[in-house]
Amino acid sequence: MNGLPILSILVWLPIVAGIVVLALGSGARAGQGKVVALAATVLTFVLSLPLYSAFDTTTAQMQFVEQIPWITRFEAYYHLGIDGISLPLILLTTFLTPLVVIAGWEVIQVRAAQYFAAFLILEGLMIGVFAALDALLFYVFWEAMLIPMFIIIGIWGGERRIYATVKFFLYTFLGSVFMLIALIYMYLKAGSYSILDFHALPLTLNEQLLIFLAFLLAFAVKVPMWPVHTWLPDAHVEAPTGGSVILAAVLLKMGGYGFVRFSLPIAPDASQALDWLMIGLSLIAIVYIALVALAQQDMKKLIAYSSIAHMGFVTLGFFVVFSIAANSTGGDGARLALQGGMIQMISHGLISGALFLCVGVMYDRLHSREIGAYGGVVNTMPKFAALMVLFALANAGLPGTSGFVGEFFVILGSFQASFWLAFLAATTLIFGAAYTLWLVKRVIFGEVTNDGVASLQDIGGREFFMLAVLAVAVLILGIWPAPLVELMEQTLGNLLIHVSQSKL
Amino acid sequence: MEGIYLTIVLCPLAASIVAGLFGRQIGRAGAHSITIAAVAVSFLLSAYVLKAIAVDGAATYNAAVYRWAAVGALTMEVGFLVDHLTALMMTVVTFVSLCVHVYTIGYMHDDDGYQRFFSYISLFTFAMLMLVMSNNFLQLFFGWEAVGVVSYLLIGFWYKRDTAIFANMKAFLVNRVGDFGFLLGIAALLMYTGSLDYVQVFGHAERLSGESIEIVSGMQWSALTVACICLFVGAMGKSAQMPLHVWLPDSMEGPTPISALIHAATMVTAGIFMVARMSPLFEHSVTALSVVIVIGATTAFLTGLLGLVQNDIKRVVAYSTLSQLGYMTVALGASAYAAGIFHLATHAFFKALLFLAAGSVIIALHHEQDMRNMGGLRKYMPITYWTSLIGSLALIGFPGFSGFFSKDILIEAVHASTTPGAHFAYWCVLIGVFVTALYSFRMFFLVFHGEERIDPHVKSHLHESPWVVTVPLIALAIPSIVIGWLTVGPVLFGGFFDEAIFVLEEHDVVGELGAEFHGSLAFVTHAFVASPALYLAAAGVLVAWFLYMYRPGLPGQISEKIDVIHRLLVNKYYFDWFNENVLARGTRCLGGGLSRFGDQMVIDGGIVNGSARVVALLSIVVRNLQSGYLYHYAFAMIIGLAALIGWLVVEL
Repeated sequence: MNGLPILSILVWLPIVAGIVVLALGSGARAGQGKVVALAATVLTFVLSLPLYSAFDTTTAQMQFVEQIPWITRFEAYYHLGIDGISLPLILLTTFLTPLVVIAGWEVIQVRAAQYFAAFLILEGLMIGVFAALDALLFYVFWEAMLIPMFIIIGIWGGERRIYATVKFFLYTFLGSVFMLIALIYMYLKAGSYSILDFHALPLTLNEQLLIFLAFLLAFAVKVPMWPVHTWLPDAHVEAPTGGSVILAAVLLKMGGYGFVRFSLPIAPDASQALDWLMIGLSLIAIVYIALVALAQQDMKKLIAYSSIAHMGFVTLGFFVVFSIAANSTGGDGARLALQGGMIQMISHGLISGALFLCVGVMYDRLHSREIGAYGGVVNTMPKFAALMVLFALANAGLPGTSGFVGEFFVILGSFQASFWLAFLAATTLIFGAAYTLWLVKRVIFGEVTNDGVASLQDIGGREFFMLAVLAVAVLILGIWPAPLVELMEQTLGNLLIHVSQSKL
Repeated sequence: MEGIYLTIVLCPLAASIVAGLFGRQIGRAGAHSITIAAVAVSFLLSAYVLKAIAVDGAATYNAAVYRWAAVGALTMEVGFLVDHLTALMMTVVTFVSLCVHVYTIGYMHDDDGYQRFFSYISLFTFAMLMLVMSNNFLQLFFGWEAVGVVSYLLIGFWYKRDTAIFANMKAFLVNRVGDFGFLLGIAALLMYTGSLDYVQVFGHAERLSGESIEIVSGMQWSALTVACICLFVGAMGKSAQMPLHVWLPDSMEGPTPISALIHAATMVTAGIFMVARMSPLFEHSVTALSVVIVIGATTAFLTGLLGLVQNDIKRVVAYSTLSQLGYMTVALGASAYAAGIFHLATHAFFKALLFLAAGSVIIALHHEQDMRNMGGLRKYMPITYWTSLIGSLALIGFPGFSGFFSKDILIEAVHASTTPGAHFAYWCVLIGVFVTALYSFRMFFLVFHGEERIDPHVKSHLHESPWVVTVPLIALAIPSIVIGWLTVGPVLFGGFFDEAIFVLEEHDVVGELGAEFHGSLAFVTHAFVASPALYLAAAGVLVAWFLYMYRPGLPGQISEKIDVIHRLLVNKYYFDWFNENVLARGTRCLGGGLSRFGDQMVIDGGIVNGSARVVALLSIVVRNLQSGYLYHYAFAMIIGLAALIGWLVVEL
C-alpha cells in the first residue's frame, strides 16, 4: 500500500528470527534465543496490526498485493495479497504465536532453541499459506508447514509420539498429493498459477468434480472431517502444549480456508452437486463426534473431538449455502451461514487454543492428561479454575463469548435450508454443553480427590497473562463481533455471488 | 432516557465485576456495599421508570444501543424496549434482588465465598435486566442463556458438594434442551420475517400464520405454530414446565437467597414473561396456545401433589413454585397474559418471602432443612413466623391478600377461555387450589407449630435471625399483603398492558372479567359467592390442620394405605429415574460405543491400520520378486522373452 511489503515482512521475519534462534543454540545462549523468539513473535503481531487498520472493508479486491516473478519457466510468481477471508486468519496466527512462546517459556527444557525456532518458522509458513495468491507458492508453504509440525510432535511429544507423527504426516501428505495434481491440471488449462485466474477458469462439470474431490481429500484431512479425523486426537494427545495450540487454532483452519479459497470458487457447480455429501459429513461431525467426545477419558482427546465437532459448523456453514439459495424465502441466510463458518474458525482458534493451554497448565504440574487424575482443582487453583470455566462455557457456545456467534449464524442460516438440518446442528447446544460441563465437573469441581491435586500451585503471572489475554479476546468477539463481521462482509458477499454463477 | 436505562443495566454489571475480580482487595464489606448500592440505584431508577410510564404516561421507548453485527441486509442490535410490561418486570426484578442482596449479608456471613456470591447475584441481576429490557431476539437469547449460566454457577456455589455440582450440571443441560427449541423458534421467525427485531417480527405475525412449513414430508404446518411451539419449548426449560421441570427441585442445592431470587421470583418466570412478550405471535396460533395451556395445567396439578410428600423445607417451596409456574402458564394459554404476568408479580413477592423465611429457619437451626426435625418454632422466631404466615396466606389465596386476586382472576379467566384444553386446565387449577393450601399449611404447621422435634443442642441457643434477615422478610411481606388490593384494578383492568400485550378480541377473557369488576372490595365479597376456589383453599387448610395438628399419626397410615400412589409421588413420577438411567446413561453408552466401535475399530483398526497392514502384506509378496539371485532374474528374463516372441509370432 504505502510501499512497505508488510506481508513479506510478516512471512519472513519469523522465519529469519527462527534461524537466528537456531544459531544461538540450546547451550549457554538459550536464554537469548527465547528472548529473540518472544521479541520476533510480538513484533510480528504488532506489524500485522496495520493490516487491520489500513484494510479497506468496502471492497472484495485483494489488498497489500506484492507480485514479483519467481519461476518464470512455469509462470509462477511470488504473489501475495489478502482479502477479508485471509486477514482474520493471519491476525489469529500472529496473535496466538506469542502466546505459544510464552506457554513454552519455562516448560521446555530440552532443546529449547530448536523448539522455539520450529514455532517461528511455522508461523512464517502459516502466514504464507494465508497470503499466497500463487498456487505453487501456496503449495510450497502448505507442504513446508508439515516439517516443523512433524518435528514439534516428534521431538517434544509424549510416549507414542512416533505413531502420532507418522499418522499425522501420512494423512496430511496423502491428501496434499491429490491437491497438487489438481493444481497442475489447472495450471495446464489456465497457463498460470494465479489462484485468481483459477477462480475465473471455465471448467466442465466432470473436471470440477474431479478437482473438487482432489481438494476435498487435502482439506478434509486438515479440518478434519469424519471419517479422516482419527489422526487428530492422536496428534493432540502426543503433541506438546504449544503444538496442540497451534494445531487446533491455526492448522485446522487451513482446511476451512482451502474450501473458501479453492473448492467453492473454483468448482462451484461441483460444490453444489456434492453439497449433500459435505452437509452430511458436517452433521456427522456435529452429532456423532460430539457423542464420541462424551466418552473420552483423556482431556486432550476430549478437546480434540470437541474441535472436530466445532469444525463441523465451519464446513456446514460453507456448503449449506446452496440449499439456502434454493429456498426462495432465504434472504440473508446464505450470507449468515458463510459468515458463521468463518467466525467459527476464528473463535474456535481462540477457544480451543485456550483449552489446550489450560490442559497444559495442569499437565505441567501433575504430568497426567487423564480426567480421573484430577478432581477439585478449584480448591487449590481458584484463578485457573475461573478462567477454565469461562473457556468451557465459551466452548459450549455461551452468548457473550465468541463461541456463540459462529454457531448462532450457522444454525439460523441452516434453518433456511431445512428444519431438520438446523435441528441436528442445534443439538450441539445439548451435547456440546454435556461433554464440556461434564469435563469441568470432573476436573474442576468437587472435593480435592488426591494428594496431587492438593499440592497444586495456582497459576503464576506468566500463565495468567496468556489465559487472560485469550479470555479478553473471547469476550470481545462475543460482545461485539461487528468489526470482524465487517472485515469479511464484502469478500464473502462477492464469494456468494461468484459461487451462484454456474461455470458451465 | 437511554442514559437511565444503561445505568440500570450497567450498575449491577460493574459492581459484579468489581466484587468478582477485586474481592480480596475490597473485602467483605466492600463487596456487599458496592453491589447493594448498585442494585439500589437500579431499583430506584426502575421505580422511576415505572412511574414515568404508568403514571405520567411516558411513551414506549424502543431504540438500539449498539450494532452487534450486520450481515447483508440483516442488522443485529443490542437495544431496549421499555413499555409497561418491561417497566413492571424491571421493578419486580430489582426490588427482589435488592431484598436478596441485603438478606445475603446475614445468610452468607460466615461463608468463604462471600464476595464471589455477591458478584454472582449482581451479575444475575444484570443478565435478567438484559433479558426483560431487550427489544430483539438476539439479546433475549443472550439474557436467556446468561441467567442460565449464573444459575449454574450459583447452584454449584458450594462446589465441594457432590449433589450441588450434579444439580447445577443437570439444571444447565435441561435448560439447554429448552434453549435448543428456543433457538429453532428464533431461526424460524428469522426465516419468515427476515428480522430479529420484536416490532418487525410482530408486524409479520398475521401473514406468518398463513405460511406453511413442511417438517415431516406430506404434513403442512403453520409456520407460526411451529415457531411458537419451539419458543415455548424454551419457556418450558426456563420456567420448569413438565417434562423439563426436573432441574428446579434439585436447584435447591444452591444457597437459599438464590433459591428466592432466581428459582422463585425472577429467572424461572422468564418463560412466562417471554410468552407474554410474544403475545402478538401466540395469539395467532390457537394450536400453540392449546399446547401451552395443557402443559401448564398438567404441571400445575402434578407438581403440586409432589409438594405433599416432601420433607425438605426448601423442596416443598420448590414444588410449590413449579405448581405456581404452571398456573401462570395456564393463564398464558388462556390468552389471559395480563393475568399470568400479574400472578408472576405477586408470586415474586410472596414466594421470595417464603424462601427467605425458610432460609431464616434453616440458619437458625444451623443448616437443618428436614421438617421432621422442626416444630414449634413460633415462639422462638416471631418475625419469621408471622411473615411466613403472610406468605402462606398469600400463596393459598386468602381473601384480600395479593395471591388471592391474581389466582382468582387467573382461574376465572381459564373458566371463560375458549382455547382447546381450557376445560381440562380449569379442573387442574381448581383442584390445585386445594392441593396448594394443603401442602402450604402442612409445611407451616410442621415447622412452626406442634411438638418441638429440634435437636436439643441447637435449641439451647435458638433465636430470631438478625435484622439483615428480618428486614427483607418484612419488606417482602408488605407487598405480599397489599399489592394485589392496590393494583388489581389499574394493572389488570385499567388497560395497563394494552400496548405491551396483544390479545385478539375473541380471546379477551381478561377484558370480559374486567367488565364485571367494581373495585377490590367488591371483588373480595363477590368471591365468597361466586368462586369455589375460596372454599377449596379453606378445606385445604382445614385438612392440613386435621392431619398434622389434630391427628399427627394419620398421614403415615394414609400413605401406607395408598402405598402405590405414595411411592409414585416420592419418586417424583420416576422422571429422574428415566432421565438418569435411560437418557443420560443411554447417551453415554452410545458415545462410548461409537468411540470404541466406530472410531477405534472400524476407522482406525480397519481402514487406517488395515491399509497399513495391506501395504505391509503386499510388500512381503513383492519383496520375493527382488530376491537378489541372478538365476531368478535370468529365469524371469527368459520367460519374458519367450512370451514376447510367442506374442509376436501369434500376431504376425
